[in-house]
Amino acid sequence: MTLNRKTPEGYPMAFIQGNEACVYGAIHAGCNFFAGYPITPSTEIAEGMARDLPLVGGTFMQMEDEIASIGAIIGASAAGGVAMTATSGPGFSLMQENIGYAYMTQIPLVIVNVQRSGPSTGLPTSLGQGDIMQARWGTHGDYTAVVLAASTVQECYNITIRAFQLAERFSTPVIVLFDELVGHMREKVVLKESSNKQPVQRKFPEVPPEWYFPYKEPLDMVAHPAPFGGGFRYNMTGLVHDKSGFPTALPHEVVHRLDTLKNKIMMHCQEIWEWNEYHTKDAKYLIVAFGSAARAARGAVETMRNTRIKAGLIALKTIWPFPYRVLANMAREAKTKMVFVVENNMGQLIHPVREALPHTIAVNTISRYDGHCLDPYEIVHKIKEEIYA
Amino acid sequence: MHELSDIYEYLRWRKRFPTVWCRGCGIGSIMGAIIRAVKDLEISKDDIAFVAGIGCSGRMPVYLDFNTLHSTHGRALTFATGIKMQRPDLTTIVVSGDGDGLAIGGNHFIHAARRNIDITLVLINNAIYGMTGGQVAPTTPTGARAHTMPYGNLEEPFDAVQLALAAGASFVARSTVYSIVQTTNYLKKAFSHKGFAVVEIISQCPTQFGRLNNMSDPRQMLLRQKEQAVSLAAAKGMKEEDLEGKIITGIFRQLEREEYAATYRGYVKDLQAEMEG
Repeated sequence: MTLNRKTPEGYPMAFIQGNEACVYGAIHAGCNFFAGYPITPSTEIAEGMARDLPLVGGTFMQMEDEIASIGAIIGASAAGGVAMTATSGPGFSLMQENIGYAYMTQIPLVIVNVQRSGPSTGLPTSLGQGDIMQARWGTHGDYTAVVLAASTVQECYNITIRAFQLAERFSTPVIVLFDELVGHMREKVVLKESSNKQPVQRKFPEVPPEWYFPYKEPLDMVAHPAPFGGGFRYNMTGLVHDKSGFPTALPHEVVHRLDTLKNKIMMHCQEIWEWNEYHTKDAKYLIVAFGSAARAARGAVETMRNTRIKAGLIALKTIWPFPYRVLANMAREAKTKMVFVVENNMGQLIHPVREALPHTIAVNTISRYDGHCLDPYEIVHKIKEEIYA
Repeated sequence: MHELSDIYEYLRWRKRFPTVWCRGCGIGSIMGAIIRAVKDLEISKDDIAFVAGIGCSGRMPVYLDFNTLHSTHGRALTFATGIKMQRPDLTTIVVSGDGDGLAIGGNHFIHAARRNIDITLVLINNAIYGMTGGQVAPTTPTGARAHTMPYGNLEEPFDAVQLALAAGASFVARSTVYSIVQTTNYLKKAFSHKGFAVVEIISQCPTQFGRLNNMSDPRQMLLRQKEQAVSLAAAKGMKEEDLEGKIITGIFRQLEREEYAATYRGYVKDLQAEMEG
């Protein structure tokens, strides 16, 4: 698809679905490898990549299942590709083991999960937001995940680009959560990075091969294992490994490896945290939401402000690492009395929100899990019930 | 002939012997055959991507001085597919056991064969799960004992060669550890073949399979391979009942068929030319 319409500043713009915006984001970020398996409601991403990737010289592969898809993108990334896949709940569940492999071997990847309602096959064509805990804790063992979420089609575009940058920056898989509503909704998008002069590229080490240790961390704790085939031969393994990539079971090396996987993210939290806020300065009643729920919540905040209820909204664009400090400071400065977590599941985001806040602040959940989107008036009604209870 | 120094050249200097494999295991011999094949073909160490799954064979990447990747259980072929598509210039070799390649990775096995992507699968078949302690595998002969079939296996084993032929692999061969020179030759042909190549190597596991089936002496198991092996040419003249329990060795298929990674590159080039023109 050619982008003929332009903004006055000369940026191409389009009226497209969130999933299509994700395709443009990926291509503009420099993605050159996609492997996937068709699954509703994420299929448009695979279809868009099949259409656009060959034109920019990239590789699109439809694999035999989601396990093969994530395996192929890990292989491609290990060989120097800028790789991604897209799926929905059942496929995301299948991918978990190999996502863990990518955490352990520190391979940059982007995994888009267009959430449906679950568990199991659930509601394939309906909205759900029940994968946030899976995105954080899905694979076994201890690690720290980077999980982003989009609530508008413009954000689908921007966050996909950001996901590629973060994946390369921290040499880690980055999970992007859309939901069915955001993925299938059409909105105007300005494609600012269409003439991106600095696409994401994989780095080769600067030391000679004989001095090279793939997992020796520099001061910022982020090791970038060299792409295969560049003269830096080493072993990549999902076993706990030492700095050369050889399996190890020595306690101090094991602790170092696991600490690194955590610290390389936690040290740089502030680089990763992003959020939108509306009327939070004096928000006595603060809503926390992400994805499509944040859209309804924003409507609710505006309605309440019109009736002089001091409501505010923080819409999270980074879910993990959870912005504990941001939320705590916001609530303290605004002297928040009550917090409402609005989400399309039975209450998952409420747990880190509770952890973040002092227990003098009441935290309530407003959730809907019937596959339909939240209604702003429903939110207003439920908040008023709590306030005047 | 190969000197010992030839072998050392391909081993990682930071990783010293002994290997993790048990005494009498066939995997060490197969690693030697792989090294000799690579040496004879004069492929640069930098240009080899060597992928393995999980299991006894999965420990091979640690010792070999290539770009090595020790993947997750059964998924070695998917990782290799990604590597090959991203870097078609790399010689991509996958080492898998029978459990890794035919049980948990069976789906990837047939699809890689169907695509005819330029990967060599070295399928080490010892008819048992060795590393986890001797459980029944999809290649365990009917009646043979394993820890999860202590009174004898009831299931029919897979024939990896027939499976590869049916799925469309363009090079299919079978050999044994006993005839290691033949194995090395097949590996050489497979590595230089353009397309999906499967070399099934019948190996021995004296520690697990042997102990459970009264063959704990590795020499006994190797001699059994010699007795069971029948060449493809000889097998053609034999009756079906005589072939019962035999291992047919040889090159079952070697043909030129469109290779996927190269085909895809051509497709991309054509599309780009069309867009510009």
